[in-house]
Amino acid sequence: MNEPTVRTAERIELLTAETSEGLQELQRRDSTTSDELGREVGAVLRLKGLTLDPNAVDFDRRDDETMIINMGPSHPSTHGVLRLMLELDGEFVLRTKPVIGYLHTGMEKTGEELSYIQGATNVTRMDYLSPVINELCYSMAVEKLLDIDVPARAVWIRMLMSELNRVSSHLVWMATNGMDLGASSMMIYGLRERELILAFFEKTAGLRMNLNYVRPGGVAADLPDGWQDDVLVICDTIYARTFEYDQLLTGQPIFRNRMVGVAPLTAEEALALGVTGPLLRSTGVPWDLRRSMPYLAYDQVDFDVIVGTFGDNFDRYAIRLNEIRESLRIVRQCIDKMPAGDYRSQDPKVTPPPRARIGESMEALIHHFKLFTEGFHVPPGEVYLAVESPRGELGCYIVADGGPKPYRLHVRGPSFVNLQAVSLLMRGGSMSDTITVISTIDPVMGEVDR
Amino acid sequence: MTSLAPVAPPGVVTSTGLAADLCCYPTREQYFSLIASLKCDGFEMCVDVCAVDYLNFADRSLPDGVAPTRFEVVTNLLSLSKKQRVRVRVQAGNDRPEVDSLFTLYPGTEALEREAFDLLGVLFTNHPDMTRILMPEEWEGHPLRKDYGVGKVPVQFKEAPGPR
Repeated sequence: MNEPTVRTAERIELLTAETSEGLQELQRRDSTTSDELGREVGAVLRLKGLTLDPNAVDFDRRDDETMIINMGPSHPSTHGVLRLMLELDGEFVLRTKPVIGYLHTGMEKTGEELSYIQGATNVTRMDYLSPVINELCYSMAVEKLLDIDVPARAVWIRMLMSELNRVSSHLVWMATNGMDLGASSMMIYGLRERELILAFFEKTAGLRMNLNYVRPGGVAADLPDGWQDDVLVICDTIYARTFEYDQLLTGQPIFRNRMVGVAPLTAEEALALGVTGPLLRSTGVPWDLRRSMPYLAYDQVDFDVIVGTFGDNFDRYAIRLNEIRESLRIVRQCIDKMPAGDYRSQDPKVTPPPRARIGESMEALIHHFKLFTEGFHVPPGEVYLAVESPRGELGCYIVADGGPKPYRLHVRGPSFVNLQAVSLLMRGGSMSDTITVISTIDPVMGEVDR
Repeated sequence: MTSLAPVAPPGVVTSTGLAADLCCYPTREQYFSLIASLKCDGFEMCVDVCAVDYLNFADRSLPDGVAPTRFEVVTNLLSLSKKQRVRVRVQAGNDRPEVDSLFTLYPGTEALEREAFDLLGVLFTNHPDMTRILMPEEWEGHPLRKDYGVGKVPVQFKEAPGPR
């Protein structure tokens, strides 16, 4: 029987060596060059017109005045397995470095092994809070390579589903943000309302999350009978309840104290860092791909792009809350304008035949067999296609070599890029503000690490 | 779209890509200066940097005057004012792929370039922190390279236990 061993000093060193991420970690000041220090505190953003003061880099501070601590990888407020290394002076944050990769499962490599039909099941698991929009981005990229058109009904179904998905994603954000700030009733309400949408997804696609609903060529199934009534109930209920959230949070003094004016971001910094989505719009830049570079049928619906002024936590909150209302506006227009017709392309090389045809048509059987064993071939080329996900610009870069599998699949995850703003936003703030900063950046670790 | 096309510096090969984006094919030496001039030209944001390993697809179609190499770095720039994208594809080299880092132009490329280094082993000159980002620090090899095998867990199919 093994003796229970007490971990002595040497043993602890071994343990830290085993779990070390080496140079990826935040280093002590005596082993950090001044360039590196400047980068970590965000002083490299000293480009033309940027506001960060280069004198703010406190090079002469010594290591024994500060403390480096780990937050995460399994801290409840980091929304997954995000590890933040914080250098603290008392309660104030000097440097921050996110260490990521704890959820890396090689999904881009997996994407190269899956055929184009199977690929949607892979990308849908990246940003697991907005699966429809992931599938949409991937499918549109494949369709662009194939140069096929999607029927009008499929376009509008995609728009309906992605807006519902945006609402559900923002509701989860409202919920987790509420919980991070101690408003646990918001947690319950947000998840309660999201359940309405997930129930509709289940009715439509058969699954609540990771739907594999949007596929190259169209969508997997038509909307269920009576979908208008379901969606109208969702719109009415959630729209009315956004005003309850207003009462619960927007004017509440404790909530405002932790959000208003905390962690501001300027437009120049946001552009330099490549930050997109609600973070960019909160700085006053009216950039929403649905409006600026319309895809699907977003140029035929009426909605407002919500823009903030100060780029602080509260603006990001207000933008997301109002985007829920705007998305519901789009959903209502989808109900009114939904065209009749096919819900997927009738090109037999891309779309599998209906189940009933397989028994009676040899050709349908061959097509079905070829599609699900080999998959369809995509002509050589490369394409970058971007859509507006709830977190920002979601891009999909596909290189096709003429075979049935993507030669290279790269996904530009908005959370991955937005996460770089962490060290800038947290600098100088107090430890308790780090929670609100992570929360309002809204990273989904599945998308950060892929 | 073409009327809005930025004036690429002389000597840079351009073509129009599939999604009606403009594609530029600079050499490694032209890469940094091209991006810098595009930035001055109104491309405020660098949305994406990624690399591709063309080991098994060397006969891809490229415009005349571009010599294909094994690795290619693809940079996507976005102009908010012109509502336009441009894609810059630079041939990064065969054995030791290396291009200039865009960090001083767009600080937001820091994580993206680290990812390209981590997964494909493309080096970025003057990058401030060229470490791995997604894989563990002691990992060997670069997983998205085409000569890096896909990990497979062998599945053992054992006989079902007998009736006894």
